[in-house]
Amino acid sequence: MSWSIWGGYSPIDATLVLIGAWLLLGVAGLFAPRNTRFVAHVIFPLGALVGLAMLVNAVVGITAPVETREMLLGLPDLPFHARQDALACVFLALLGGGSFGISLFAAGYFRDGPGAAPGLLGFQYHVFLASMAAVLLADDAYAFMVAWESMALASYFLVVTQHKVPAIQRAGFLYLLIAHIGALAILLSFGILQGGSWHFTFDAMRSASHPAPWASAAFFLALAGFGAKAGLLPLHVWLPEAHPAAPSPVSALLSGVMLKMAVYGTLRVALDLIGEPLWWWGLVTLGLGLGTALFGVVFAAVQTDMKRLLAYSSIENLGIAFSGAGLTLMFRGFGLDTLAAIALLATLYHCLNHACFKSLLFLATGSVLHATGERNLGKLGGLIHHMPWVAGLALIGTLALAGLPPLNGFVSEWLLLQVFLFTASVPQPFIDMFVPLGAALLALITALSAYVMVKFYGVIFLGRPREPALDKARDPGGLERLGLAWFALACVLLGVLPVVVLRFLEIVSAQLLGATLGDRLDSWWLLSPISAERAAYGPIVFLLGLVAVVVVAALVVRRYYHAGVRRGPAWDCGFGRLDSRMQDTAEGFGQPIRRIFAPFFVITRIVPSPSDTSPVYAVQIDDPFWGWLYRPIDRTVQGLAALVSRLQRGRISTYLLYSFLTLIGLLVLVL
Amino acid sequence: MIVAATNQLLELALALLAAPLLLGWVNKCRAWLQNRSAPSIWLPYRNLHKLFHKDAVLADNASLLFRAAPYVVFGSMVVAAAIIPSVGTALPSAYVADAIALVGLFATARVFMSLAAMDIGTAFGTLGARREMMIGFLAEPALLMVIFTASLIASSTSLVAISTAFVTRELAIYPSLAFAAIAFMLVLLAENARIPVDNPATHLELTMIHEAMLLEYSARHLALMEWAAALKLFNYAAIGIALFVPWGIARGDAGYVELLAGAPILALKLLSFGAGLALIETLSAKLRIFRAPEFLATAFLFAVLGMLVHLLLGS
Repeated sequence: MSWSIWGGYSPIDATLVLIGAWLLLGVAGLFAPRNTRFVAHVIFPLGALVGLAMLVNAVVGITAPVETREMLLGLPDLPFHARQDALACVFLALLGGGSFGISLFAAGYFRDGPGAAPGLLGFQYHVFLASMAAVLLADDAYAFMVAWESMALASYFLVVTQHKVPAIQRAGFLYLLIAHIGALAILLSFGILQGGSWHFTFDAMRSASHPAPWASAAFFLALAGFGAKAGLLPLHVWLPEAHPAAPSPVSALLSGVMLKMAVYGTLRVALDLIGEPLWWWGLVTLGLGLGTALFGVVFAAVQTDMKRLLAYSSIENLGIAFSGAGLTLMFRGFGLDTLAAIALLATLYHCLNHACFKSLLFLATGSVLHATGERNLGKLGGLIHHMPWVAGLALIGTLALAGLPPLNGFVSEWLLLQVFLFTASVPQPFIDMFVPLGAALLALITALSAYVMVKFYGVIFLGRPREPALDKARDPGGLERLGLAWFALACVLLGVLPVVVLRFLEIVSAQLLGATLGDRLDSWWLLSPISAERAAYGPIVFLLGLVAVVVVAALVVRRYYHAGVRRGPAWDCGFGRLDSRMQDTAEGFGQPIRRIFAPFFVITRIVPSPSDTSPVYAVQIDDPFWGWLYRPIDRTVQGLAALVSRLQRGRISTYLLYSFLTLIGLLVLVL
Repeated sequence: MIVAATNQLLELALALLAAPLLLGWVNKCRAWLQNRSAPSIWLPYRNLHKLFHKDAVLADNASLLFRAAPYVVFGSMVVAAAIIPSVGTALPSAYVADAIALVGLFATARVFMSLAAMDIGTAFGTLGARREMMIGFLAEPALLMVIFTASLIASSTSLVAISTAFVTRELAIYPSLAFAAIAFMLVLLAENARIPVDNPATHLELTMIHEAMLLEYSARHLALMEWAAALKLFNYAAIGIALFVPWGIARGDAGYVELLAGAPILALKLLSFGAGLALIETLSAKLRIFRAPEFLATAFLFAVLGMLVHLLLGS
């Protein structure tokens, strides 16, 4: 590729410059922290442009050779190393594209109000973006941990924007706690991976030899650490608290972009730094991923807060991504590299997809929140009449998330199902038999996510408004619509042109696994990852066929039958006197799930007595992991602390006695 | 090439025209078995004709989605009919969508129908939507497992390839397919709103699913929805035939003669399918809605059993 007009253009330098640009923009906002108009109309649109540049640069960079840089930053004798390979480029593209849409939306979204000053918010936001890019470029443990921690901290401050609300404080604390447990696990994993060389560059880790037990320990520490960020069981509890607490663009960024950093980290450690994964790691990851996905989708179905619903759905999608990663590791462990490549592509594709539709839906909830002031599904409804733009664009995201063809969610589901069907060729008995059953679980999860999405869309946008105030809801302004439209377009394009995208993603598998799909990606419109006889899917023809049939049917009906329409009150079986409270509420819609999946939930029902004059009915659904894991740990820690605190009497003579006894003890030991 | 195109058009036309007829046939058989005087087999056509000629009445607060949904649902079923081999396996459009995409297509239709049912905001509409989605998420994994069992045997997820593989191999009994066939039949009953899961003949609010979603539709919209429902039954029958009894289907390299021979064989299979369906509906009673998960879990277990049998015995 000739870049002569650009002189010394190199993608990695461009990425570093763009990271710097984000940091500068963030700092610039600090000069006018209270000037909402400056921050909203200058800083955020510029940040969006940097994001777009990041996307373009990453797409160009993915075909470029791998480059490394040694930075002037860092400690003396311990410089930061940067490296940009295809894997980093895929996630940089995701970050760039995601931040473009979200920043555009944010430019119209943030307003004066309680909470942090807009300039400060802009600073945290851009530091967050820059640190995510730095995570992707980092090529030594030191730089990685610094970037990872700045990402965690910046996002923590963004989550607690409304820091005066006690619930948000709690959510932020929980997030910070679990983020740090995760960071510790990652740090320990790097400690093992250096393999006695005490060099913490990733290059040293790649060349170090890892005996199987140590490699396994390193992998599972990394899985725990990154899993905590991705919301894998049982470290998922922060996610449904933190996502709703944050302002909507931040929720979109957390869910759409930041969670993918966990997938990146897992792939980086397992396929690049360790290099030769063992097959059973994949099996464990697969099981964990599928379990997380099922848990997430079942809980999403019973939520009544629209952002919590989406947060649980993020847990589900990250679970699916991790099950794809598990399949990759398993096939890699068995030496079936082509299958590993397909599984890896499916995983990456799912990450891209989720970034698109989940950002879209979180932003749409932001618009709904601004227009109505309501997050509770029980107080929404009928918004399709008042907010046609948001409703139309959110419909695309809804259908994509439900995994319906020909949108993007279906493509990664289709690829993953194909991979599952291939597990029968694995040489290990029992695995070849039971893993295909994972396909059934995946099918169940996808079907359930369609249920969740019908609930989400139907309760918010369809039906009758459940509150009179909803009639005043209006569509958001141009920038916000543009941000939503960007993601909707991405959902459609990723859905109908999968081969074009896979040709880029294939470079990742070529670099990490040494396997490509070769000539199976020759046809640009037909996706057939194994062979055309085996399985093929041509989404663009499929879409055109569907559109053609719909249009022809509509024209024929219009041409040959008079198309008169009368409007009247709803028939409703002649019942009459219909009011908006007769529709299903969010609780009502989730009722079959509560009943069928009862063992998943801890359900508390508040049923008033018959003589109660002002009865209140309520159902509260809690996460069983609190009772199984977190409360026991909490109690243990509190108990231990109480024991230790007995030593502390607050009297000087007691402390002198402790010193004396310690001294005696030491003397006895030494003599 | 021309034969393939002919086959494609023939199958589409056949599906569109024969679907209401199949429904009429099932109703006729059911009436015979229940000792009632049978309605004309042409009744579904007359219904469609009548509905198409009426003025549509829309609820005051119906949105665009409500008006578009019948076309999308109908379109999905027509596209589905185009990719299921029924008369012959020379089917160009089956090349771009395999069985998984087919299941996705059914899901698309279901989601649109449910969303449309929620659009007016009536109690019955949302009730129907909720129940339909419940049946959907229970039935879809079972259907996919059935298809996976067949595709593991034929090592392809394309329906055309599966039925070609089954036609060309020598006649042998596959125990895995027997389990899969039972599972498929249960899924078919649930997905097409038949007894014991739903009752197509009832308008009793407490029991209905499919009809509850259509309550607010009238005239041409209702006609399209009804036609789509008939097509769905036809499509399921065609999938069952392609997976389990494909014999007699015209091969990929067949000429016009085989195609012409394929049509009456298909008609014969459909007639016996319709009679069997009527028999099942007559012999069973409607389940309570909360027994439906057990019913579909049974289907799922049979499908899983089929797959395990295949993986254990390799047959």
